[in-house]
Amino acid sequence: MSSKPRIVITGLGLTAPNGNSLSEFRANLLAGKARIAVIDVRHMGKHPAGVCDFDTTKWQKRKELRIGTRVGSISIFCSREALGDSGLDWDKVDKSRVGVYLGITEHGNVETENEIHNISQFGNDTKYWTHHHNPRTVANNPAGEVTMNMGITGPHYTIGAACAAGNAGLIQAAQMLQLGEVDVAFAGGVSESIHTFGIFAGFKNQGALGAHEDPTKASRPFDKNRNGIVISEGGAIYVLERLDDALARGARIIAEIAGWCINSDATDAVLPNPERQTECVHMALKRAGMKPQDIHIVSTHATATALGDIQECTALRNVFTDCPDTKINNTKSFIGHCMGAAGALELAGNLPSFEDNWVHPTINIDELDPECALPGLVINHPIKVARVDTILNNSFGMLGINSALIVKKYGVA
Amino acid sequence: MTKDDIKQVVLDIIADIAPDEDLTTVKPEVRLRDQLSLDSMDFLDIVMELRKKHGIEVPEADYVQLASLDSCANYLLPKFEAKGK
Repeated sequence: MSSKPRIVITGLGLTAPNGNSLSEFRANLLAGKARIAVIDVRHMGKHPAGVCDFDTTKWQKRKELRIGTRVGSISIFCSREALGDSGLDWDKVDKSRVGVYLGITEHGNVETENEIHNISQFGNDTKYWTHHHNPRTVANNPAGEVTMNMGITGPHYTIGAACAAGNAGLIQAAQMLQLGEVDVAFAGGVSESIHTFGIFAGFKNQGALGAHEDPTKASRPFDKNRNGIVISEGGAIYVLERLDDALARGARIIAEIAGWCINSDATDAVLPNPERQTECVHMALKRAGMKPQDIHIVSTHATATALGDIQECTALRNVFTDCPDTKINNTKSFIGHCMGAAGALELAGNLPSFEDNWVHPTINIDELDPECALPGLVINHPIKVARVDTILNNSFGMLGINSALIVKKYGVA
Repeated sequence: MTKDDIKQVVLDIIADIAPDEDLTTVKPEVRLRDQLSLDSMDFLDIVMELRKKHGIEVPEADYVQLASLDSCANYLLPKFEAKGK
């Protein structure tokens, strides 16, 4: 990608079940602190879930909150925090040259379920169906709410990419910056999934909904006794710019986007295909001009399903043979599966490694599944390494969408 | 149910749909849109809440009757009375 403009990250805002800022999130990842609640899911009773507790009125009026969606609120919080982190002089930014590209796993289920429940209280008479349903459920809703809140007049849309969406949002933004479509991009992934019973019911009936008497131990990727996904909400949105623009304004550069790939399994709706995942990672490495040995951290997608974790480990074994300096971790063990936000949050939690050289672990491994025993897996405790210059962020999703995003510390060759 | 009661019903609904607004100084004779930040979707919310909470139907042709608190009271009083309220 050397002939194209280089793209860098200059700001970041997030909300995760265990942190509403990068510093809080990172501290909990290094301290091994998971935060999973037990919530009452409509029609289904109590289940573990990752719940965010950011201040919803920090950047929105109460009327905005009433009219908008939960994921819109998450998006606005993360975007505003990212803007503050970027140091951009917002009054001087040409808002028509700003784009918003947010990855989503799904959107609209929450509002539709709510309205079906609402009219059920009125004999299913549709005259009680809210007129807010359509603006709340159009697929661009989260990104559109950001533009209205921040006065952004450039392009906005969401990227539907199942659980690969966080990476897909960042990749879309990088591509639009390279094309010159925008000068500043707010990009990443968001999810409000815990507010829809349908996703819980779907995973439960698929035999893929995680459970444990201690909710903080319910999400346990790579553990032999893992039993499924813990559904979570969250968001992570980045400010991306072309390197030349960032340097011109003296921006702090958090990381550089080095390479990426999105491909498709074309085999099964839910069972991942390690062969295609392998190809995806290889292509991202090729585009980044790197070898497997150049990757210092692999942030895995593993969701704690019986087969999915093994499939990803198979792919990683295919790529990372003889890579003693490659460490492997997982964030879902702390916060569950934040769906559309997962990839973006999981990358965020690893970015401080460029500065502190710590690699956070994957936790909740009481008995490592032999089929998941990857050589570089960082288990239960963080480790300090000599250097971290590169991160490979894996995010995969249903219908066989695979994404691999490589970022590198700015200034390294 | 008096006209003042109905004005309070409408104000209570507005308090829910426009929670950032100061309703203590609303003038009953002045158009609501001229003194509060309300848009057409908000007025649809008022119509919906009258339907849900009070069983009152406001046909689209009559939406103009909801312009001010006074006009609301004049228009809605017979509808509340017809409900036996």
